[in-house]
Amino acid sequence: MENKIQVSKLKLYYTEHLALNKVSIDVAKNSVLALIGPSGCGKSTFLKTLNRMNDLIEGVRIEGEVLLDGENIFHPDVDVVHLRKRVGMVFQRPNPFPMSIYDNIAYGPRIHGLRNKAKLDEIVESSLTRSALWDEVKDRLKSSAMAMSGGQQQRLCIARLLAVEPEVLLMDEPCSALDPISTMKIEELVSELKKEYTIVMVTHNMQQAARVSDSTAFFLMGEMIEQDKTDTIFTRPRDKRTEDYITGRFG
Amino acid sequence: MTVVRQNFDQDLEALRQDLVRMGEIVQVSIKDAVDALAKRDKDLARRVMEGDDVIDRMQVEIEDRCISLIARQQPVATDLRILGTGLKITTDLERIGDHAFDIAKIVLLIGDEPLIKPLVDIPRMAEISQQMLKDSLQAYLKLDIELAEQVCRADDRVDELYHQVFRELLTYMLEDAKKIKQATQLIFVARYLERIADHSTNVAEWVIYLATGERLRKK
Repeated sequence: MENKIQVSKLKLYYTEHLALNKVSIDVAKNSVLALIGPSGCGKSTFLKTLNRMNDLIEGVRIEGEVLLDGENIFHPDVDVVHLRKRVGMVFQRPNPFPMSIYDNIAYGPRIHGLRNKAKLDEIVESSLTRSALWDEVKDRLKSSAMAMSGGQQQRLCIARLLAVEPEVLLMDEPCSALDPISTMKIEELVSELKKEYTIVMVTHNMQQAARVSDSTAFFLMGEMIEQDKTDTIFTRPRDKRTEDYITGRFG
Repeated sequence: MTVVRQNFDQDLEALRQDLVRMGEIVQVSIKDAVDALAKRDKDLARRVMEGDDVIDRMQVEIEDRCISLIARQQPVATDLRILGTGLKITTDLERIGDHAFDIAKIVLLIGDEPLIKPLVDIPRMAEISQQMLKDSLQAYLKLDIELAEQVCRADDRVDELYHQVFRELLTYMLEDAKKIKQATQLIFVARYLERIADHSTNVAEWVIYLATGERLRKK
């Protein structure tokens, strides 16, 4: 299978602290990669590296390579704004803008210069449809996004991302603030979205990793211990540390 | 409430369908083995023996899928019972397939020797045990508890017939030592058919557990 992202020997320092140590990971196109591991293991740092969100943090130094469709995202010619359009991110807590549902979705395309009303309408509908929210909100597009439930807000944030036509979706514990049914809806959505996008998801919930991902990578203290097909990781992991973590015997 | 976990539901349904498909192949295998005995057809017996690999492979494949779904979907309630019974039923079906193989092997061992007696009770046992398997699979497909209970009751009849065959063949052996070899082989055939009925009963008992969550008390 074709690789959308290839990371090799990635090292990341926060000033002197080595947060990621020679991490190498491949992400196949149209697949879901789950990143699991205890708090502080580097999985969120790794995720944020993929669209250079770490650039914003002072004292960060990065070595190694991250290739997106074969091209290094750290190359000086890379336009970071364009990179973040191609590689979008969904956060732990839904963060809708304090405006209408419609305007939330139209925000990105408008920023990128789109003014055509018919075209915007079309983007709003298709984004909401793809994020499995259209039927629930089509009659109240003008009402405030802040009035939606948490699960709906998170799907709105995903729709907002889809509106700028990304290629890769990064999700940082997208369900940790949601109830179980909303969680299942997001998981269902992820399985649907991977047909069109490549997805990398950080999750503290390893059952979620088991349910939604095609491959899983286990991180521990800044190192990537094991990456394999999710089926393999959860039935016969190779590394004792992976086994201890996924069986809850980590200590 | 909207439907969620559609992918998981599809996987479970596909698993159930494949288990039924495995059952159908096993059914054909017993039918052919029994026919091979009735018609003394060695070619048919050989085909039954070769076909056993297909059944074995299906079992491994179904087990792998059950284990993977348990690991990845954390099933509970009915979902868990589908996967737990899936693992058990696939084993019963595979064993039934093995007994079809065993019967076919005896057809080859008896070869062209004339039979020491016309077969009467063995074909009856074959008929009932095949019907039991068919019904247990139907009960599984439809979650039909009544049909499953009927299968469990039919097992008594097969047990009776087995004892009858045993006693009868024993008298043949006592009368004529030259008949011991074939009589023993025919007792084995009866024994395999009795086991096929037992495994079909197991399938039916698992259907009851799947549908109700209650275990049928063993006799």
